[in-house]
Amino acid sequence: MGDFLGVQTWVGTISWGAPIALAALGGTFSERTGVVNIAMEGLMLISAFFSVLGAWALHNAWLGLGVGVVSAMLFALLFAWGAIRFKADQIILGMAINTLAMGLTGYLLNTIFGYGGTPVNTPQLPTVSIPLLASIPWLGPVLFRQNVLIYALFILLVLSHFLLFHTRLGLRMRAVGEHPQAADAAGINVYRIRYLGVLLSGFFSGLAGAYLSIGALNSFNVNMSNGRGYIALAAMIFGGWTPLGAFGASMLFGFASSIAFNLQGLGIPKDLVLMLPYVATIVALAGVVGRTTAPAADGVPYDPSESS
Amino acid sequence: MVLSGYSPLPAYAALFVGAFGTPFNIATTLAHSVPLMLTGLGVAIAFRSGLFNIGAEGQFWAGSIATTWVGYAVGGLPPVLHVTLALLAGAAAGAVWAALIPGLLKAYTGAHEVITTMMMTYVAIQLSHFLLEGGPMQAPGYTPVSPDIRPSAFLPLLVPRTQLSAGLFIALGAAVIAWLILERTTLGYRMRAVGFNARAAAYAGIDVAATTVLALGLSGAFAGVAGAVEVLGVNHRLYDSFTAGYGFTAIVVALLAKNDPWATLGAALLFGALSTGASYMQLSAGVPSQLVDVVQGIIIFFIAADAIIAWLLRRSRNRKEVAA
Repeated sequence: MGDFLGVQTWVGTISWGAPIALAALGGTFSERTGVVNIAMEGLMLISAFFSVLGAWALHNAWLGLGVGVVSAMLFALLFAWGAIRFKADQIILGMAINTLAMGLTGYLLNTIFGYGGTPVNTPQLPTVSIPLLASIPWLGPVLFRQNVLIYALFILLVLSHFLLFHTRLGLRMRAVGEHPQAADAAGINVYRIRYLGVLLSGFFSGLAGAYLSIGALNSFNVNMSNGRGYIALAAMIFGGWTPLGAFGASMLFGFASSIAFNLQGLGIPKDLVLMLPYVATIVALAGVVGRTTAPAADGVPYDPSESS
Repeated sequence: MVLSGYSPLPAYAALFVGAFGTPFNIATTLAHSVPLMLTGLGVAIAFRSGLFNIGAEGQFWAGSIATTWVGYAVGGLPPVLHVTLALLAGAAAGAVWAALIPGLLKAYTGAHEVITTMMMTYVAIQLSHFLLEGGPMQAPGYTPVSPDIRPSAFLPLLVPRTQLSAGLFIALGAAVIAWLILERTTLGYRMRAVGFNARAAAYAGIDVAATTVLALGLSGAFAGVAGAVEVLGVNHRLYDSFTAGYGFTAIVVALLAKNDPWATLGAALLFGALSTGASYMQLSAGVPSQLVDVVQGIIIFFIAADAIIAWLLRRSRNRKEVAA
């Protein structure tokens, strides 16, 4: 029990929370422009697989990262095409992408790699220690001795906040999510902004998926996203549709997972403890809705011929 | 399939022969359809009420767990009574799993049921791991399986040496019940009214919160019975990879059936045939069975974005006109 809240718990919080936070940041952009993106689960899975495939085939983890992120963005484009151009039900469409991602990655895993799984010599994205800072006690190992994607997360968090709340483009995105008719009347191309929002969420989900497969590990498992896309959606709601809030909520789930992982050695049945993040998600969701409000046009396909 | 380098005709032929080629295959197809019919009906009921119950998988697990326990722990009952009790336990557990947390939270805090039912699915799966892997429901020995249920709780087989049990009749009966509830009762009317327009329903004096909880509970009960039938009719015990994802496929089944109870039976039969055929296809034509998931995903995509099909048709017509 001694190191229950020790350094390892906090290192774990960040590494469990990071993929959720990355996806949740992307989800914020998608929902701010008015598209509910439940497909993040599938986008993560797609990127997780193609990152490994790319890293293995090109002998380079960075190229793998690129392949993974681009593949997730292509699937996001497919999702956006159905949701924006054809005004499909976004939740059902998202489920379609998730089912497709499950089947496709499982199928490709078996046909390309066989039943033995991905090769053990697949390159992995590096963990980088920042000189000097890494030797600070506590803070060093928690913040400055991490996988490169964790640093990317911190930078993207700040950039996302700035983009959404301090730029013209961010203002337009929020306008499109709140009142697309008014945005349209003001000369904003609603469709283009929504495509951008969904593509950004594809980009972020891609990073999240790559983190799972070639960041934290160097392999791919069937269904390795394991509900993180849905948790990211909950974190984004919990965070009140803001980048900083989404990040905070994700780290809360990361903390729950990290504690769950650490408690396994203490005689508490591991399976019960592993429920913790899922239960935390439910509790978080139950406790906050009502105090935060979604963008008004979230989930509503935009049809210029309708007036409101 | 062409894209992935398999010649499609032998593969489709294998799919069809695998699903319907022999009486044994037909029975297996029907047996795979039964849980899909029941979970599909459950998802359809929720959809009709404007609720997206994507957690049928978890309710299926909850039902299986409760039914298994009643199946082996309760003794000394005549068969009919034992089976009934076990089915009721499955229905109740599924209902509790859907109504108690996702239903109440949706009704009173607005927490979106897509996420809560999904999270409850992961909780159910973890719970089953806990119970089976060294937990209170593990049978003596090292394998994570539950004890066998007592023979008095077995559902009789309809075709010997297949997996087709009297569960088929339970599924057909459930379709009748779902249809009666939705189309012929005031509860069904209230549910459809809430699904159609919750605000208007509230103005009309319908208790939207209570209807939401009831609808999710009912939906979960059907998924719970599906789990019960798998235990009582097919497996006679619980083990780790028990569900084969029926609860997820159920969403496609309900969507394809446009939430009509009778059409749900047909759609479930189609997916039962796909899964039976897919394993045969893998054996005989060497086409991996995961392609069925891909096909499912594409089907849902086009159901959701049905406007794409109209658009594609229009385009090909225009192109023909240009060519002519």
